[in-house]
Amino acid sequence: MSTPENTPSGATGPDPDSGASNEAQGMNIAARTQWQLVRARFFRHRAALVGMFLLISVVLLAFTSIGYGPLPGWWDKSPTATGSLSDGGNPTLSLVPQFLGGSGLALGEHPFGQDNVGKDYFALTMKGTQVSLIVAFVVGIVATVVGTVLGACAGYFRGWTESVLMRVTDVLIAIPLLAIAAAAAKIAGQAGIFYLGMVLGLVTWTQTARLVRSSVLSLREKEFVEAARSVGTSSARIIFKHILPNTVGVIIVSVTLAIAAAVLLESALSFLGMGVQPPDTSLGRLITDYRSAMSTRPWLFYWPGLFIILIALSVNFIGDGLRDAFDPRQNRVRD
Amino acid sequence: MLVFIARRLVVSLFVLFAASFVMFVLAANVGDPLADLRELPDDAQASAIAERVERMHLDLPVYARYFLWLGAAFTGDLGTNRQGQDVNVLLADAISATMQLVVAATVLAIVIGIAIGIISALRQYSGFDHSVTFGAFVAFSLPIFWVGVLLKQYGAIEFNNWLAQPVIPPLVIGVVALLAGLAWSSLIVGDRRTRLIAFTGATAVTAALLAFTSLTRWFADPGLGPVTVAISALGAAFGFSVLISGPKPNRPMYAALTAAAVGTVMYFVLSPVLDAPNLATIAGLAVTTVAVCVAIGYGVGGVLHRRNAIATAVWTGVFTGGVIFVDRMLQSFVSYSRSVQGRPISTVGARTPNYEGTFWELTLDSAGHLALPTMALILVSLATYTRYSRASMLEVMNLDYVRTARAKGLPERTVMTRHAFRNGLIPITTLAAYDFGTVIGGAVVTETVFGWRAMGHLLITGLNEADPIPVMAFFVVASGAIVIFNMIADITYAYLDPRIRLS
Repeated sequence: MSTPENTPSGATGPDPDSGASNEAQGMNIAARTQWQLVRARFFRHRAALVGMFLLISVVLLAFTSIGYGPLPGWWDKSPTATGSLSDGGNPTLSLVPQFLGGSGLALGEHPFGQDNVGKDYFALTMKGTQVSLIVAFVVGIVATVVGTVLGACAGYFRGWTESVLMRVTDVLIAIPLLAIAAAAAKIAGQAGIFYLGMVLGLVTWTQTARLVRSSVLSLREKEFVEAARSVGTSSARIIFKHILPNTVGVIIVSVTLAIAAAVLLESALSFLGMGVQPPDTSLGRLITDYRSAMSTRPWLFYWPGLFIILIALSVNFIGDGLRDAFDPRQNRVRD
Repeated sequence: MLVFIARRLVVSLFVLFAASFVMFVLAANVGDPLADLRELPDDAQASAIAERVERMHLDLPVYARYFLWLGAAFTGDLGTNRQGQDVNVLLADAISATMQLVVAATVLAIVIGIAIGIISALRQYSGFDHSVTFGAFVAFSLPIFWVGVLLKQYGAIEFNNWLAQPVIPPLVIGVVALLAGLAWSSLIVGDRRTRLIAFTGATAVTAALLAFTSLTRWFADPGLGPVTVAISALGAAFGFSVLISGPKPNRPMYAALTAAAVGTVMYFVLSPVLDAPNLATIAGLAVTTVAVCVAIGYGVGGVLHRRNAIATAVWTGVFTGGVIFVDRMLQSFVSYSRSVQGRPISTVGARTPNYEGTFWELTLDSAGHLALPTMALILVSLATYTRYSRASMLEVMNLDYVRTARAKGLPERTVMTRHAFRNGLIPITTLAAYDFGTVIGGAVVTETVFGWRAMGHLLITGLNEADPIPVMAFFVVASGAIVIFNMIADITYAYLDPRIRLS
């Protein structure tokens, strides 16, 4: 199973002999930095590349089509303008080429259809996608920063700092995520999507903190940390300059997983009516608003769901690729 | 061990107190609990507000209200909600509804997920494995409320419409049969010819089965009948004895076959008893089944094979009993379906309101209501089990002791079931325990989509009305479950894996 052909790189594969013997024979091996290795492994992960491509496409589509804030986009309809229904609001998007009996590749007037008061559903979906993406990224960043700092402090200082921080983590874990997230979102949801993302980040950092702590616990015993301490380096500098760069793999992977989870959490909360509040809309909110239209205008229900799955799926694939790239020892699970 | 448990209990208790305080403060600040009263005309407003302030103690600061609640909670009184209803009563109903919903779903997700994960680990890099991996990623990314609404549309509304005229279109038969063929051929080990035979065979059998059910309108009046019961009992007997004691005829297999035969005979003998049973009858029969099967295994197994024989006999007996149960339930399908206007799969609630019927009809009624939410819950939690059991099996299969087992000439089946599988399951046990803890508070969205008045209802109405009391009732049960099951997970892990030491 572990022949050199199917392990991503000879130097890190499970077969330690091949790399060492190649070097011993003076074969030409270019030195590669950690980042180059990681990047090469990531780019060899096909699913992760597809995920990356999909995510970038969705982000570009959402932000360029209807524009963001004062910036205009290339799509000429706005998510708020109502209008007259054409063709009962059916989607005009056509993907079946003419020679297969379809009407050709065409966007048409309303590619995703219209809702019951004639709003363009493509613009509305793009607006929801923007909000969902922003919330998810804010959640991911806040959760990761808080989790990393607290986890690193707990792991580095040990003693009562660790006890207190880990008990705080236990307290947050003991509350069902949906309950605390719903309560926090209901308090902050009125204040806008950035606040919503921040409070959701403040209740979802526990996993990151635990991961970072356990990896810091082993790093702090390493010689280079001891060396830094012996020359009088401050604790803050040791944590941020010496230890955290070595945990970057754990951190990056947990950012992606936190973002994927945040997309689903935000949409679930918005679905329950506790996340994004009108006049803002999000993908989850769109599904709630139009779920009674399932039997009459099913497209109002399909498009936002499709985009939620697209975002969560591509972020999950990226996370999987990053995990394999940073930790090739786990490759046995998926190559 | 006892010291560890005692210390964990004390710490958990303090964690729960702190968590309850956080939750109370948050829940008390989600909004204005008097908002709806401020809309009232002036003359009614003042007295209504005074009454609610009195009932919710709104004149006190939040922490005072928390300690009032905590003090009462210690005596077992969880308070009254904004309308003055006793939350203990509401909570009891909510717990029973939620347990109905999540227990079956979680158990099924664990069993199916582990089975798929192990098969996909045994056939690593096959088409099946790749499809499972991709499917797991999709399932991780599914918003459950979206799946729920889809299931309501296609699993209930369209399915019930289809049941009126249950003819399977030839195209569907073809596609399903092809998929079955592909799945089987990628699971079979062998050269191209063997795989081709497996593919053709599986495709033909599936197509024939579907065509048969379509032609006979089986779905309009589903039932298994004695022949199917006997065949599945025999199949189970062979399957379990192959898994547990190997494919050659031996005493455990005879024990299983005896159990299957007894089960099939009992199908006829017990027929009058099963016409109008109640829950106690069914429970009694289940216990008797297990006892009889243990006796069969004990008698047939002899000294040498007793343990295996008892295992095969009990598994076969329980499986056969389950098949008989399903068969009897389906016999009432036509009368049940007629009594609910031909719409047996339901989308809302836990039971048909004011429904009266026989034991079997009532069982069908709950099954019809449970089917869709259970499917939704399984779909989203299945993926975790599949991924974890696959990863853990792959890890164990590469360990030295498994190689040793192979090297000393044990058959592959024994290596897998006796050596790899048992250790591979240890992390899954922990995962399952954690999962049971979170599932009570995690089914909120599913309950909302399917209109169950359960735990989620307490949480959501509590938050929407800015009333912390029902939220805290939800919290006590859900957080208590999380803390207790986390502890159980840690203890079982240490018990199952002696390398872990408790500190």
